[in-house]
Amino acid sequence: MNAPVPSSVSRSEARGPGEKGSALPVRDRGLKALAGWARQPGFLLSLPALAVFIAGFVGPLALVVIYAVMPARSFGVEHLPTLENFVTIFQDSYYLSFAWSIGLALASTVILMLICWPVAYGLSRVFRRSMILTLLLVLPLFVSENVRLFGWVLTLLNHGILDGSLRTLFGWEVPDLLYNVPVTILGMVYVYLPFMLFPMALGVSMIPEACREAAFDMGATRWQVFREVEIPLAMPGILIGALLTFVLVLGSISEAKILGGQSVIMIAHDIETAFTYAQNWPLGSALSTLLILLTGVLVIGLLSKLNLDKLLSRK
Amino acid sequence: MSETILELKGVEKYFGDFVAVERINLSVKDGEFFTLVGPSGSGKTTMIRMLVGMDKPSRGDILMAGERVNDVPANRRPTCMVFQSLALFPHKTVGENIEFPLKLRGEAKHNRKTRAIELLEQLHLSESYYSKKVSQCSGGERQRVALARALAFDPQILFFDEPLSALDYRLRKTLEKELKDIQRRTGKTFVYITHSLEEAMVMSDRIAIMRKGRIVQVGTPDEIYNGPANGFVAQFMGEVNEFRVSRKDAQWLEDLDSDAQYPAPPDSPVDEGVLIVRPERIRMLSEEETADSRFEGVVEHQYVLGSRVQYQVRVKQRAFLVETMIGQPYQVGDSVSLGWDADQSVLMSE
Repeated sequence: MNAPVPSSVSRSEARGPGEKGSALPVRDRGLKALAGWARQPGFLLSLPALAVFIAGFVGPLALVVIYAVMPARSFGVEHLPTLENFVTIFQDSYYLSFAWSIGLALASTVILMLICWPVAYGLSRVFRRSMILTLLLVLPLFVSENVRLFGWVLTLLNHGILDGSLRTLFGWEVPDLLYNVPVTILGMVYVYLPFMLFPMALGVSMIPEACREAAFDMGATRWQVFREVEIPLAMPGILIGALLTFVLVLGSISEAKILGGQSVIMIAHDIETAFTYAQNWPLGSALSTLLILLTGVLVIGLLSKLNLDKLLSRK
Repeated sequence: MSETILELKGVEKYFGDFVAVERINLSVKDGEFFTLVGPSGSGKTTMIRMLVGMDKPSRGDILMAGERVNDVPANRRPTCMVFQSLALFPHKTVGENIEFPLKLRGEAKHNRKTRAIELLEQLHLSESYYSKKVSQCSGGERQRVALARALAFDPQILFFDEPLSALDYRLRKTLEKELKDIQRRTGKTFVYITHSLEEAMVMSDRIAIMRKGRIVQVGTPDEIYNGPANGFVAQFMGEVNEFRVSRKDAQWLEDLDSDAQYPAPPDSPVDEGVLIVRPERIRMLSEEETADSRFEGVVEHQYVLGSRVQYQVRVKQRAFLVETMIGQPYQVGDSVSLGWDADQSVLMSE
């Protein structure tokens, strides 16, 4: 009854529905998987937390990013997006604040690594069961950072505790100690010490004693044991500590303000100024966005090289 | 070959008031497979830590090749230890682990690799293991890697701290023989510690048995098996028949706990003590067979131990353990005759 159809046409027609047929199951499968996932009790139970997380964390972050592309000095998000804030940042001297923040973060991290290694070593190996030592190191965290920094100010101030005591007791003149870069770094090292120390101590405690002894037994010197065995095996802890302190110092503000007396301006200070005195929310948002990007790249880059599960389960 | 490479003179170790090791005198010959055996807490780990240089003796001297090494730290002693945990470096590959001692000495990368692959081959691991991670290796393979690393160090004396204890039975048996084989091929002095006398017997040229920080007996496996110095050593080797006896005359001993009499081992100077007869030295006797002693009893229990069968035979108020090859037609409840020859027993004072 049907007229004979050229074979090429029938083949092309046959291919049409065939392609459609193979595309649909894939989408179906995807939807099915998604539905299955959504039905899982784990997902349902996480919904409240997820809602809080989105409203309290992702929302404000998104708002900051949106403000970053609004015209300068605007107080709403109804304007057309623009990159003028970023242009301002690169034309102005904000790179200096970025440079100071990164530089001081690097310096504090390196200094903290050097200071914390012996302490972490002692904490995880010598004073293993000493709660008191741990407590002494943690307790200052319960006092406000600013209060502790003002404590330093009172100590180091001209005619302060240190200067006054030495002057009265020995007649020594103490030079001006406050309001410079070294004292800023001192403040940072002091405030962020626990954040380097405890991850590092965790890392040190992961070094099996037998590995250390075996290396020593095979003729390694103290230095070789340190370099070949201890450092690589404690590396996860060291990296986490370094990451924490670097990120925290990068976003810090009080040390440079209170101890440094604004002898250097940190990027966090610029952000604060933009939001408060300058009343330029978009500029502050743009600066924040840049800082978040910088930190994010660093954190994600480092964490991808780090097996956190392994670190925590082996403790 | 028969030179003394390791000598201990009156070595003692205290931890506070606790005496871990007491009055140890010992010498190990060059090229010997020497094993220290003892139950946990006998001081064998303390001993090996002092020998390797990780602990110092409280008293006495340790001599290596005639030189006092008490104060030489582990990293300057020509010895190396295979740890119980193996202590392989988890952050290094198999190859890097084996090369570690060579790297410490500053040897060139190329030479190190050649040597590492040589050692892998010697320990029946293929070259592909060179770049594997330690975590990818099985228990037996790790064992071999640890041994290869120790051999790369090329120590004068190689120490082993129960490295096989975590392995399953079959693998342990294989590695025991392999270890003995490697020792023979390399001609190195191996000092091994274990809690298993069975393991020690398989591998060792000589064995020292430790108890509560002291050495109870030193000898070849044969000497220890046939002439245990006391009841502790005899029991340590496995189940034995023990009878408290006193001498009746030159030929006979009286059981102090029953009215039985046992043939006295020839030339024994002991008059009162413990008579030890190994289960496998007691024979089931047929009508026409004879032995120096003969007892009639009833089979109470039967335990199959693989190729051998152990019977518990009740003779009046005593129970005897008898071990025979499998395939003997005794059943629980059968009446049997058993006996042993006088020279198959050991009499020791308590």
